[in-house]
Amino acid sequence: MTETPHVRTLVLDVPGWPGHRAGQHVDVRLTAEDGYQAERSYSLASAPADGPALTVERLDDGEVSPYLVDEVVPGDKFELRGPIGGYFVWDAEEAAQPLMLVAGGSGIVPLMAMLRHRAASGSKVPARLLYSSRSLGDVIYRAELEQLDVDVVHTLTREQPPGWTGYGRRVDVDLLREACFAPSDDPRVFVCGPTSFVEAVADGLVSLGHRPGRIRTERFGGA
Amino acid sequence: MGIVSRGFRGRGRSDDSDRLPPGQYRTEDFPVLSAGPTPHISLDEWTFTITGGADPVHWTWDELRALPSETLTKDIHCVTKWSKFDTEWEGVSVDTLLEAVEHDAAYAVAFCHGGYTTNMPVEDLTGGKAWIAFGYDGEPLDPEHGGPARLLVPHLYFWKSAKWVRGLSLHDDDEPGFWETNGYHNYGDPWREQRYWGD
Repeated sequence: MTETPHVRTLVLDVPGWPGHRAGQHVDVRLTAEDGYQAERSYSLASAPADGPALTVERLDDGEVSPYLVDEVVPGDKFELRGPIGGYFVWDAEEAAQPLMLVAGGSGIVPLMAMLRHRAASGSKVPARLLYSSRSLGDVIYRAELEQLDVDVVHTLTREQPPGWTGYGRRVDVDLLREACFAPSDDPRVFVCGPTSFVEAVADGLVSLGHRPGRIRTERFGGA
Repeated sequence: MGIVSRGFRGRGRSDDSDRLPPGQYRTEDFPVLSAGPTPHISLDEWTFTITGGADPVHWTWDELRALPSETLTKDIHCVTKWSKFDTEWEGVSVDTLLEAVEHDAAYAVAFCHGGYTTNMPVEDLTGGKAWIAFGYDGEPLDPEHGGPARLLVPHLYFWKSAKWVRGLSLHDDDEPGFWETNGYHNYGDPWREQRYWGD
């Protein structure tokens, strides 16, 4: 399924899939005719109840992502390892505190798994999402996010459509103060995105008084 | 060989194979992987402690920097698949620090600002295999890469090279650390592709 011009979701049929937790990832291994292999990690986008699905963003200089976004057709096979990771995860059954999610670009993917898990499990825990994208056309899962019972705050950093009333700048401390649960609400915070984005968000949240141990991060890309 | 992925050609096949562990790809970037916010630690407050020997031993920043240091060039391998060749570090050998500690422990846990821990056998920290690194590429080590100082154990996956390290605790028994209790391999040898539990 095409999400944006650069992003596609692959719904996987994995025999013997053991189930996963929201926020976990898998390793994908591709093998060429001559035996050459390439492996990369991708976050699971789906709620645990829905089986495995990956949402992949095409990196122009990538080796695996262009294949997954542009080449793969239903029925193709590749190898999968996982699910992996036991820290950047959220379980609706154990959660009592509010859920605060902060996404930069395709960093939305593991956070969407948490929101889908929250919806599927009927959790009443308050949840907010602050989501930074380049433009409205780059927002992944835009229609579905509007259907969820979640406060979603968008900021569009490069290009805003005419009449846009949301935020139009990179996430800074003032924006975090306005859009996030306060430290006194004791939220569980998950931040995922490019390294510079995550550094800025996590530093900003700490400066606002959020306890570092309550902020879980996942970064991607070079520094 | 695994299942052939129809239409996948890949672009690798460089002659790095003797330096690139299985399942890794080469990058020129220096990606950042951390489980939480980056701690910012002032050098005035920084200390390094080794516990578990006859007595705890402490070093201040100035005391650490007064020890003989080395410049070394190493390939590093992250469990998230990237490898970076010829990274240049400056640091103090863990051998130098352990000379000040009377102990017969077989295992160590590195502990860090922010609460991170990682474990390894003492023999992987000795014999010129591990350093407390404070310089990278001729500059002070950036906070997001673990500065002021990180452990550097380049022959293991890079999560063992704990950022923001503030000490080592020595133990008779192995005590799995943060990632080691969260699904990642207890030892983490890239050449045997020991990424996860069960590898």
